[in-house]
Amino acid sequence: MKTALSAHATALLPLTVRDLVLRVDKATVLDGVNLDLGGRGCTMIMGANGAGKSLLLKLLHGLMPSTSGRISWGEHAPSEVTARQALVFQKPVLLRRSVAANIDFVLKARGKDMTRRDALLEHVGLSHKAGQPARLLSGGEAQRLALARALATDPEVLLLDEPTASLDPASVLAIESIVSEACSRGVRIIFVTHDIGQARRIADDVVFLHRGRVAEHTAAATFFPEPHSDAARNYLSGKIVV
Amino acid sequence: MGEALGLAVGLVLSGDADLLEIVLLSLRVSLTATAIACLVGLPVGALVAIGRFRGRNAVLILMNALMGLPPVVVGLLVYLHLSRSGPLGFLGLLYTPTAMIIAQAILITPIVAALSRQVLEDLHIEYAEQFRSLCLTRWQTVQALLWDARYSLLTVGLAGFGRAVAEVGAVIIVGGNIDHLTRVMTTAIALETSKGDLALALALGIILLVIALGVNAAVQAVRMTAARQAYV
Repeated sequence: MKTALSAHATALLPLTVRDLVLRVDKATVLDGVNLDLGGRGCTMIMGANGAGKSLLLKLLHGLMPSTSGRISWGEHAPSEVTARQALVFQKPVLLRRSVAANIDFVLKARGKDMTRRDALLEHVGLSHKAGQPARLLSGGEAQRLALARALATDPEVLLLDEPTASLDPASVLAIESIVSEACSRGVRIIFVTHDIGQARRIADDVVFLHRGRVAEHTAAATFFPEPHSDAARNYLSGKIVV
Repeated sequence: MGEALGLAVGLVLSGDADLLEIVLLSLRVSLTATAIACLVGLPVGALVAIGRFRGRNAVLILMNALMGLPPVVVGLLVYLHLSRSGPLGFLGLLYTPTAMIIAQAILITPIVAALSRQVLEDLHIEYAEQFRSLCLTRWQTVQALLWDARYSLLTVGLAGFGRAVAEVGAVIIVGGNIDHLTRVMTTAIALETSKGDLALALALGIILLVIALGVNAAVQAVRMTAARQAYV
């Protein structure tokens, strides 16, 4: 069997974010974000709705410009290294083709080894759906296909924007397993989630955003038992955080 | 009227050679013109759909306006270019099926480009962020959009073919309606009606309608099959 996935030691890290501001239609969504991420592992970005998590992810991926501030992946601006990363969106955008053709499309577009397709599908448990129309997959299957497509690009950094929102527990676990496996191969994971249980299961460290700022960035082992910020403490205790 | 209709049906059922010749030439000219219009119009529509450039709105207005090109004006312009004293007169194409194809292609290319632009722009809104994340080139984006919109674009092609096969003003100017050479269904209908031979005119009219219905039904069947697979 072909090897679907390769091991990584990314040169993109450390990630440095300084005084990042994003205004959308006069509303300040990110208000001076400072962040340092290094090495390997899985960083979870958490926070209430509207905290700016998804937009931060898009800024990190180079999909949109910030209003001010600086993001550096090593020595590079985000837009210079978009191709070395992959972003899995909350709602997977699947092409109007078969499951296999969705993978083929990415492999061909990025000049990758086309023979990896079957191994990638096997890796995400979709081999038996290869010939089926991608847009008829269930939510969990669609997200696994989106993950396979992302992994087909051999990303050094995998960005995930609430990929398990609205999925059943089995699908959540399947996706967590794939992400954890990628992480263990050295792919740097930056994962936006609302799911506290999920963060407990796979996070190495947690960035908690509150009102467009980093309220705290703490190792997961510390964050869950002893969060430093009031916002995170309230969030973890189930209080309404706005 | 009833007698003419009976004769018309008889002509169709008997497989009259002249009738068949006219029908086949009509299909050849209009299908070729549609293919050329799609080859040119679809990429143009796609590039405008994904492009953000100065003057884009003016281009959109122009594309939409060109959908209403008057056939006789197009016929006249093509005639002037292909006539012996025209810049392309040396090609000797005037009063040939090729001249008719050129005129029809010019007429329907803006239709294909403008309609496909709308279809592809809607699809691109859905795909844009994913494609930027994948760092696709402009050409890869165009290819992907054209392929993924293939079933919607069938309807666009159908609109172009419908306009071409029903067109009379331009083809009569550049084709001349010459028997056994450039006579197509619409020009024959015009001629036979003016001569009072309603049977042949009606027979051609019936065939024209059947072709239009048949092509529409086929495209609809393909689209329904595609829709069941969520490919539309």
